[in-house]
Amino acid sequence: MTDAIISKRSRTQLAANMPDYAATYGSFSWNTAHAMLDGMPDGHLNIAHEAIERHVADGHGAQIAMRWIAKSGARTDYTYAELSRLTNQFANVLRARQFKKGDKVYALLGRVPELYIAALGTLKAGCVFCPLFSAFGPEPIQARMEIGGANALLTSTRLYERKVAGIRASLPELNEVFTVDGATRGTTDLKPLLETASDQFETVQTSPEDTALLHFTSGTTGKPKGVVHVHQAVVAHDATGRLALDMRPGDVYWCTADPGWVTGTSYGIIAPLTNRTTMIVDEAEFDINRWYDILSTEAVNVWYTAPTAIRMLMKAGAEAIGARSFPNLRFMASVGEPLNPEAVVWGNDTFGQPFHDNWWQTETGGIMIANYAAMDVKPGSMGKPLPGIAAGIVEVIGDTVTELTAPMAMGELALRPGWPSMMRGYLNEQARYDKCFKGGWYLSGDLAMRDADGYFWFVGRADDLIKSAGHLIGPFEVESALMEHKAVAEVAVIGLPDETAGQIVKAYVALKPGHVPSDDLRLDLLGHARKRLGPAVAPKDIAFRQNLPKTRSGKIMRRLLKAREMGLPEGDISTLESDES
Amino acid sequence: MTNLDIRALITTQLGRIAPDIPIESIDPKADLRDEFDIDSMDFLTLITALGKELSLPMPEADYDQMRSFDDLLTYLQTNTN
Repeated sequence: MTDAIISKRSRTQLAANMPDYAATYGSFSWNTAHAMLDGMPDGHLNIAHEAIERHVADGHGAQIAMRWIAKSGARTDYTYAELSRLTNQFANVLRARQFKKGDKVYALLGRVPELYIAALGTLKAGCVFCPLFSAFGPEPIQARMEIGGANALLTSTRLYERKVAGIRASLPELNEVFTVDGATRGTTDLKPLLETASDQFETVQTSPEDTALLHFTSGTTGKPKGVVHVHQAVVAHDATGRLALDMRPGDVYWCTADPGWVTGTSYGIIAPLTNRTTMIVDEAEFDINRWYDILSTEAVNVWYTAPTAIRMLMKAGAEAIGARSFPNLRFMASVGEPLNPEAVVWGNDTFGQPFHDNWWQTETGGIMIANYAAMDVKPGSMGKPLPGIAAGIVEVIGDTVTELTAPMAMGELALRPGWPSMMRGYLNEQARYDKCFKGGWYLSGDLAMRDADGYFWFVGRADDLIKSAGHLIGPFEVESALMEHKAVAEVAVIGLPDETAGQIVKAYVALKPGHVPSDDLRLDLLGHARKRLGPAVAPKDIAFRQNLPKTRSGKIMRRLLKAREMGLPEGDISTLESDES
Repeated sequence: MTNLDIRALITTQLGRIAPDIPIESIDPKADLRDEFDIDSMDFLTLITALGKELSLPMPEADYDQMRSFDDLLTYLQTNTN
């Protein structure tokens, strides 16, 4: 918090979509934001209509909506008119295969055009779109498909054979699996169906409160939670794209997030299209030269990326940029976990502007607190609440919630409910949903502070959830998978600080009698975890312990393991019953 | 180090990061990260380990020359000789 404030030039401020934060915050209304959209007859609202159809109707059909860059580097452009036809075809395929309004269409796919077409086509058909991260292993996939009751799945033959075929029998509601690259046993080849489907489709007139998207997030204990978002969320996607990310019609916009996570859907599909930008979609994974090439060659105006990637770029140094220049780059933002002040400052030194950190969650559906184009940046701060969002720092004791108004008081970051993209429920888990709301606040589970100028500062999680490379990982899911191994008696999983990924997942394992710690066993456990969980969730490190510290009631004290690993004070250990040795 | 040694070293290091993927099952010309089901962090761990074993600086700017198993092998062969 000691870093110098990065001031914005008046030229930058005046050119921003929101030149005066305080004035906009004071006058903003969600009704006005809603009115900027097209809407459908009788108060209906459909995300896909706002993302595509209204632009085509307004004469922008020839503008490029999506430029897809294949791993090979080959580029394919899709105009708004083409995207309209292709998504109509996908919606017609769903209809022809008897999928009806409210059915859940899942995707488990890399960043290929079909993923984007399916997402929007699903919404047009009034179905619910649920993206899964393709680096999940079979267990996270199975849990998320069971909880959501997946009716259809879009994937590739390779991912199907590797990750889905083995769990298919446990998914009775899954009627059809479409594959984008031909068919394999048990799947339907999507391509011929798409090609023969009509490119005319009447977008289903959904109510603003009809479910549109299902995103999964991890819980500390128990199964992942299916976060329900409705079509009304598009009001927030559109407004926050404009205000927090400074998107403008005609911009070239690049969100590097995968649609398997909420950022890659809200800001990697919906907001850039409702704001009529040209979005860049790169099929490949992070690669320094490739990324700098894209920023420069594609003349990206707005770039939304993540701390892990920024830290890798920073590590490579400005020399990796070489002779490239980025004269078109107007705004850079970051999300996923707090961006360290050094990285914000590095952005300013290297690109002539800071990375603008912002904060939100799967549950909030859209950006809630942000650093804005026209607002001075305090490196390390997440910024100030979006217009339309009331945020506070609260203390929760029992059922009483008290707002802490003293500057830099630490408490739980909380929001006043009622914004358009707020989750409408955790699927089939009313009690877990109700627990998020208390005393007229939505409780985020993040600890934070607010300074005297109204900037918010992230402190940490209030629970045991792990944030690795921007992905929220529930320790329980990882522990459950390791417990299935025959040598494991008990296991605890924590997140340890890592300079690149923020945190990495580490597991502590106590073995059953008859098993001895060895490097071979460690690798066997790692392979076991990776096979079930996939690389995005599996631990990166496993350590053996004689025993794990537990409370009298038998609960493993993850907090104590973490404090010991990091050499921090052990805190209150009065409930400790059995220790590591 | 012989080419055979380098191949063995890559195989060993990949086996430490992705022990669940048998080396025989992969396509050496395809995207290494897809073939071994490893993420960017795993890739970084792999490169760091190889760089340490071979006392070879492997700058981030060269990572695009290491996209497949064969690319990585060629890169290491070229730069250690």
